[in-house]
Amino acid sequence: MQAFSDLLERLILTPSRNGKIDLLVNYFTSEVNPARGWALAVLTGELDIPGVKAGSIRRLAEARSDPELFRMSYDYVGDLAETVSLIWPGTRGANRVPPIEDIVETLLDATRAEGERLVAGWLDQLDPKGRWALIKMVTGGLRIGVSARLTKLALAQMGGVDAGEIEEIWHGLEPPYESLFDWLDGTAGKPAPDIKAPFRPVMLAHPLVTKDKRDDPDAVDPAMIDPEVFAAEWKYDGIRVQAVSERGTRRIYTRTGDDISHTFPDVLAGMDFDAAIDGELLIRAPNGEVAPFNDLQQRLNRKTVSKKQMETRPAFIRAYDILVDGGEDLRTLPFRDRRARLEDFVARAGSERIDLSPLVPVTTLDALEAARNAPPAPEIEGLMLKRWDSLYEAGRPTGPWYKWKRDPFLVDAVLLYAQRGHGRRSSFYSDFTFGVWRDGADGPELTPVGKAYFGFTDEELKQLDKFVRENTIDRFGPVRAVTASAEEGLVLEVAFEGLQRSPRHKSGLAMRFPRINRIRWDKPAGEADQLATLEKMLPPDPLARS
Amino acid sequence: MIRPDLLLKPTPKGLYCPPGDFYIDPVRGAVDRAVVTHGHADHARAGHAHVLATPETLAIMASRYGEGFAGATQPLEYGETVEINGVTVWLSPAGHVLGSAQVVVEWKGLRMVCTGDYKRRRDPTCRAFEPVPGTHVFISEATFGLPVFRHPDSDQEIAKLLASVRASPDRTHLVGVYALGKAQRVIKLLREAGYHETLYIHGALEKLCKLYEEHGIDLGPLETATLDTSERGAQERFRGQIVLGPPASFHDRWGRRFPDPLPCFASGWMGVRQRAKQSGVELPLIISDHADWDELTDTVREVDPEELWITHGREDALVRWAELQGRKARPLRLVGYEEDAFE
Repeated sequence: MQAFSDLLERLILTPSRNGKIDLLVNYFTSEVNPARGWALAVLTGELDIPGVKAGSIRRLAEARSDPELFRMSYDYVGDLAETVSLIWPGTRGANRVPPIEDIVETLLDATRAEGERLVAGWLDQLDPKGRWALIKMVTGGLRIGVSARLTKLALAQMGGVDAGEIEEIWHGLEPPYESLFDWLDGTAGKPAPDIKAPFRPVMLAHPLVTKDKRDDPDAVDPAMIDPEVFAAEWKYDGIRVQAVSERGTRRIYTRTGDDISHTFPDVLAGMDFDAAIDGELLIRAPNGEVAPFNDLQQRLNRKTVSKKQMETRPAFIRAYDILVDGGEDLRTLPFRDRRARLEDFVARAGSERIDLSPLVPVTTLDALEAARNAPPAPEIEGLMLKRWDSLYEAGRPTGPWYKWKRDPFLVDAVLLYAQRGHGRRSSFYSDFTFGVWRDGADGPELTPVGKAYFGFTDEELKQLDKFVRENTIDRFGPVRAVTASAEEGLVLEVAFEGLQRSPRHKSGLAMRFPRINRIRWDKPAGEADQLATLEKMLPPDPLARS
Repeated sequence: MIRPDLLLKPTPKGLYCPPGDFYIDPVRGAVDRAVVTHGHADHARAGHAHVLATPETLAIMASRYGEGFAGATQPLEYGETVEINGVTVWLSPAGHVLGSAQVVVEWKGLRMVCTGDYKRRRDPTCRAFEPVPGTHVFISEATFGLPVFRHPDSDQEIAKLLASVRASPDRTHLVGVYALGKAQRVIKLLREAGYHETLYIHGALEKLCKLYEEHGIDLGPLETATLDTSERGAQERFRGQIVLGPPASFHDRWGRRFPDPLPCFASGWMGVRQRAKQSGVELPLIISDHADWDELTDTVREVDPEELWITHGREDALVRWAELQGRKARPLRLVGYEEDAFE
């Protein structure tokens, strides 16, 4: 356990990607089976220890301190595992640290009650670092800046193989991955698990961004492309998935290869075909159109899904591409041919859970530009451009595919409240609530319309934090109210992707994806926008529509 | 007994004593009379008409602000008493940095003690904290007033640094330390751990290290981490060495001179991994000049005051703890003391 907790701590504190890969390679090379296999399962999020959940760990810690003190500490630290590991009263002298394989194997055999008791006992024995690693391990969700993908890259480097080779067999392997390590060590051949409906590495696009607005080094200027060789389609605001149905097995993968089939049994039931489809997972609104992302959000990250959820928020896939059809691999065909096969496939499948992503006619770049900024539905984020001759390649090749997002909406709002951030931002006021003007009983007043906690640079965050500290007029726990009047106040240019009606908010509306686009140090607060301006941006009222 | 807030009360300028007409560690603007607990800049400001403090604190203020930092100064040794407009004032060691003191204020049978910043664990560079018996109102700091702050043994943290220096002999260990107190304590602890090589320091540390040495604290061989740019490969001499400087200096151009730097930071905040990560620290060293949660609560139990006031830091948690203990407690919510700057 010592080596594993050292690894986790060094991973979280090592900023460079290569540094992290080196740490992982060293660990996997110096540790033996099955310890390193269980560690791999923890790092890739594949280890599910039933019974011991974050909630029970929290209760154990609260019982050993005080619920109120625990809450204050958690509010400061921002991470449950770290809070518990620090607040847990250590037992001096009891320092026999069990090895990771003992911990995992014992827990996997334990009942829920036994699990809690075992974990409490180990927490007594470990130091804060060990406690932190143990809690991360049993509750899952490491959040240490190491993705499953990065871990697989380290494995590939360790064994001198291609990461794609590992991803292809990954879903057929199980912890503690002895056959995998034997192969990477060179003492055995490549494992050949029989995987039904495997994941195929996904093809991704580079962004197109006008030169003056570019901060992404990978972005390409739209003026650089020749519209004639591209097909265009809408980029929907859902989640990109790969739906695979082969030899009687049906799976839905995210674009990073995570299996989310269990969350969408309604879609799975509609996959009565033999193919692998690339598409966007969306929710169908009662009027047949695509529902806002918020509806999809309600269905994500659930272990079980209720019947009611499936009835009120039915999911479907809007198909973009076809990778395999009836056992035939189509990835080496150009997009033009795959698109024909896809159209034919969707018509043939006749499933209410699969429909076809329509193509947008391409004439000139100006026409595309106009279309991107005036999409036919608010749930469209922009355009996808795909070369007609593009093969389906894994990763993000430069040239064949581009995403061209709609420009965000902008509003000038006044900073009202700031809240201390969590975790790495816990010394900064980094969550900003802002408002716009409306006519109140006593004249113009500011009403809150949203909250944003990113979009600014580190330097701007320091300036905002300084402004908050110097202009505080009231404090409520971690929140400070700042001076905000027509004469004195800070104007923030807020960018957002869309607006929805929301009875839960005082202003009656909610912003999608709001962020601070610019700090308007120059603009008088009295000249910030009016609520009426925002109301004009709202989509038609659904009640009025029906 | 009289009401304590007749003797000391929080004001926007800091803790004020109406009968004595003086402030303790005034934070905003110049005042006629100030009693200063220690030399950190958020407690000891320049420009007051009259300053009372320990001789060491006055020396530190003179070194930082120049001799004319106050209209008049009045040194007061630990344990000596002085009368200010009928209020008796004396100082007791706080164990925070060289010269740091608790301020004891007595009037009409009421004894109030303001800790300033303090710690309880061993520090070879300053006098250890001495609790004041018979304290009616104990005014405590609470910088680390959350039960997640339990600082480990400082020697263990120094051993961690030395182990890392041995394990990565090609890298320069840049250790972030505050110029007053932390720098000298870390240097002294390294010496005690048997590290007698030359330590390289940032220019901002020079004057205070010299001042500590003048007060009899031997810091061993120190050299300013200057770079002779006319010499090719001059920066190579820092490889494998320990360099100490204010944390902010590592982010500016000064920090670029060191080959393959490994950023370290000696601070109580390093107990929270996310804080270390946020500051780009790869080797956190949990060494603090403030009391941790156990020191804070143990000290309150030991002093056993009738009332606990909490000046700055995480007031709410310590108030909650006091409630659970059945102790009377009150947060003062004094503003102006910086949470991190000197820790």
